[in-house]
This record gives sequence, C-alpha cells and structure tokens, in this order.
Amino acid sequence: MPTETRPLFRALAPPDGPTVALMFDGRPLRAPAGISVAAALLASGISMFRTTPVSGAARAPFCMMGACFDCLVEIDGVPNRQSCLTAVANGMKIRTQQGLRSFDLPELTDTKVDHVG
Amino acid sequence: MKTTDLIVVGGGLVGVALAYGAARTGAQVTVLDEGDDAFRASRGNFGLVWVQGKGFGMAPYARWSMRSSRQWPALAAALLEETGVDVQLHQPGGFHFCFSEKEMQERTERMQSIRDDLDGDYPFEMLDHDVLAQRLPGIGPTVVGASYTPMDGHANPLKLLRALHTACQARGVQVIGGGRVSEVTRIPDGYEVEAGGKRYRATRIVMAAGLGNRTLAAQVGLHAPVVPNRGQVLVGERVAKFLDHPTTYVRQTDEGTIQLGDSMEDVGLDDGTTADVLATIAQRGVRAFPALESLRLVRAWGALRVMTPDGYPIYQQSTQCPGAFVVTCHSGVTLAANHVFTIAPWLAGNSDQNADVPAGAEAFTGNRFLGDNQKFNNAH
Repeated sequence: MPTETRPLFRALAPPDGPTVALMFDGRPLRAPAGISVAAALLASGISMFRTTPVSGAARAPFCMMGACFDCLVEIDGVPNRQSCLTAVANGMKIRTQQGLRSFDLPELTDTKVDHVG
Repeated sequence: MKTTDLIVVGGGLVGVALAYGAARTGAQVTVLDEGDDAFRASRGNFGLVWVQGKGFGMAPYARWSMRSSRQWPALAAALLEETGVDVQLHQPGGFHFCFSEKEMQERTERMQSIRDDLDGDYPFEMLDHDVLAQRLPGIGPTVVGASYTPMDGHANPLKLLRALHTACQARGVQVIGGGRVSEVTRIPDGYEVEAGGKRYRATRIVMAAGLGNRTLAAQVGLHAPVVPNRGQVLVGERVAKFLDHPTTYVRQTDEGTIQLGDSMEDVGLDDGTTADVLATIAQRGVRAFPALESLRLVRAWGALRVMTPDGYPIYQQSTQCPGAFVVTCHSGVTLAANHVFTIAPWLAGNSDQNADVPAGAEAFTGNRFLGDNQKFNNAH
C-alpha cells in the first residue's frame, strides 16, 4: 500500500504580493493570499492530503474543481473539507484527513435486543 | 438468428435477477438492456432489504417480502461464490422512526394489523424514546419512538447489480446493451423482438423493463399500469461506523457513507432533484441523529420508482400469449432473492408448477387493476 504520493505542481516563480501563514500538521507554511488550500499545499510540496477510509491508501488532489473528493483535509477542526474549493486564510490550521471522520456519540450501552413477537 | 430459451427485456435489478435465476436452472438466456439514457431505478435506490410495514391490508405482500428476506442470505452467498463480489448484506433488524405520538399510534396500528393478518407470525416491537436511545446511541430528543423488526436489513444495491451481471455472464447469459425493445412479435414457437438493429428470438419472453412494462406488457395481452414515483437521495461523506441498523430514512453503508432518503413525489418522468425535498430529507435526518448536522454532503440524486397503482408487484404469464410474462415491482433489492429462486424457475418453465402465477404470488396478477377498486398505497 502506498504511503505517499508525488507532488504534481510547483510554483513557476516565487510569489510576489501578500502571503498568509498556514499550519499543516503542525508545520508552518506560507502561501500566496487568495489561492486554494489545495494549491497552497501542492505548491508547498505536500504529497499526501488524506488516506482513504476503505483501504488506507494515500490520496492527493486529482480534479482541482470539486468533483473528485480526493483533496479532503481537516481545516480548523472541521473534517473532510474539499481543499480545492476553500481559499487560504491567515492562521488557518490544516491537518491530513486520516480515513474516516467520526461523530461524538454517547457510548452504546450493551443491551441485548429482545425480538418480541 | 440465434434462438434462446428466454429473452429478458430489461437489464436492471429485476431483469438480471430473473436472467441469473433462469440460467441457474439451465436455461439459455438473452438479456436486452436499454441504452444509458434509460431511467435506471436500479442505480438510484436506497439499498434496503426491507420487510416492516409492507403489506398493510395485503397480507400476501407481507409474506412475499418476508420470504425474500429469508432467501437473501442464500443469494448473497451464491453471488459471493460465483463472482467474488460481496454485496454487503446485513440483516440486523431495522427501525422506523416516529416523530409524534400520532405517528407512533398509527405505526402501532399498522404493525399490529399486519401481525394479525399473518396470524402472529410477524415479530416487531414498538420502542419508546428511552428504549430506542439505548439501542441507537445518538438518537435525537424529538424522536418519540420507533418500530423495530428483526427482519429488516440492507445491502449495497450497486454491488448487487454488478454481482448479478457478473454472475449472468459467468453462466453464459448474453447481456446485450444499448438497444431499446419497442415491439414484440409472436412467432410460431415463441417470440421475436428487435433491439439495437438486431432481432432476437426465444421460446419465452419476460418483460422486466421497469416503466417500459406499461406498453410492452400490453403487446402480449398483459396489464401492467406502472407509473413513475420519484425518490430523492442525499449522500454524505464517509464517517466512522455509528449506525449498524438500517432505518427508513437513514442508513450507513459498509464503507461508512451516510445515505438519507425516502421521499415520494408524483412528478412524471422527471428524475431530477429539488432543494425543498432535499432540505426536508436533511432535516428529518438531523432530527433522527442530531450529529448529522455537521455531515458534509457529497451528492444528491433523484430516481424513479416503478409503481403500480397499489404499490404491489405484478407477476403473470399471459393467457393470450403463453410463454410471455411480465414482472414488475418497486422493490428490486428486497425482492431480488424471490426473483432469483422463485420467480425465475417459474418463468423458465423449470419449476414443478407451470401456472400463470407462481405459488405464493397468486395475489399479484395485473388483473387486479382491471376493476375500479384501485387505491394508491406504497408506504412502508
């Protein structure tokens, strides 16, 4: 099972103009203001955005236009966000989306189900 | 021109289940499937293998659904063995939520009526909020209660369709796509149809063409007055397992996907989506499980159920054109096991009986719509 993917995009020239500060998995990054989170991560050489819920395989953006759901990351605590459709913002905290997100639900009490006829 | 034993018109869940079942009995089968512009109920449904609430005032349909539910594990096992495809059948029992005391009362009466009609052979429980909350953690505070039966389950309907197609091909069934059958011609020893510019012959023919059955059945002296009924489905992101049981409005697939649904609209041949209906579906899902409020939606679609006026199936051989059959229903997933193991041998002519209707399905001829006692009741 692959654990990383190769970056497909690099900036053609160093960005001129305003930039914003991001954190990705605890690592500080800078990116041009106004670009998408996906573009910012790709330009920063991030090669793995998420792992799939079913096989755990590594994934990175594929379509960059909101259709493929391969660019999912956690942004400011919200899981499964489409990074290609989200603009960067100063101070944004981004994390790799590891498989399934979960809900905070009460624990299931171990009650036997009676099949009353 | 090649002549086979059986032509199945329609390559959806009903058609390929019949083709697979017939091939299992040794029949040579040809499936003629319409093009990609067809309305495909089989690719839009919710995936429930559902019994509870069905057959209210129509005990044979309750029994028919229960029988298929019981035969389903054998179908899933056969498909896994023959195709390697796990259709993800789980039958842990299902819940139907009630959001008011009135709904609870009506549900109780409905379930008791079915149980009475089945002489008590119909296990169910009515659960109040507190008991339900113990069984389904995360249930919302405004859910008054639920009905539960151990008979309900769910499967992956797309994997079922794929498995049935694969199993058909492995058993030598010819599946021909891209050709709409519009005319059926009777020939001395069977039937001939044209599809995609080619002609096909068989000694027997079954119309399993969904909404197309309305006009196809009439050509062989059968009555199948089906109409479309639209359901819309919302699909959410995959989340960690939180719901093992299927419910009428919400289910979670093996991979973690959340599906929300169960709308019913009479809008003709329009399989689109509308914001108001999707909003209602979403709101009901959040009432059932408030945690779903943060669920990110991935897609939505509409699909057309194939409904008879009373919502029950039609299984019938034509008396006017022997060897011509119609099979139509709106529960192609739930009834798939019956179609493979019971209906297919009957229409392939390989069962013990050679009646115009198979045993257990006597109530389901299209003749019931020839009178004026029509009522529309497709709820479950």
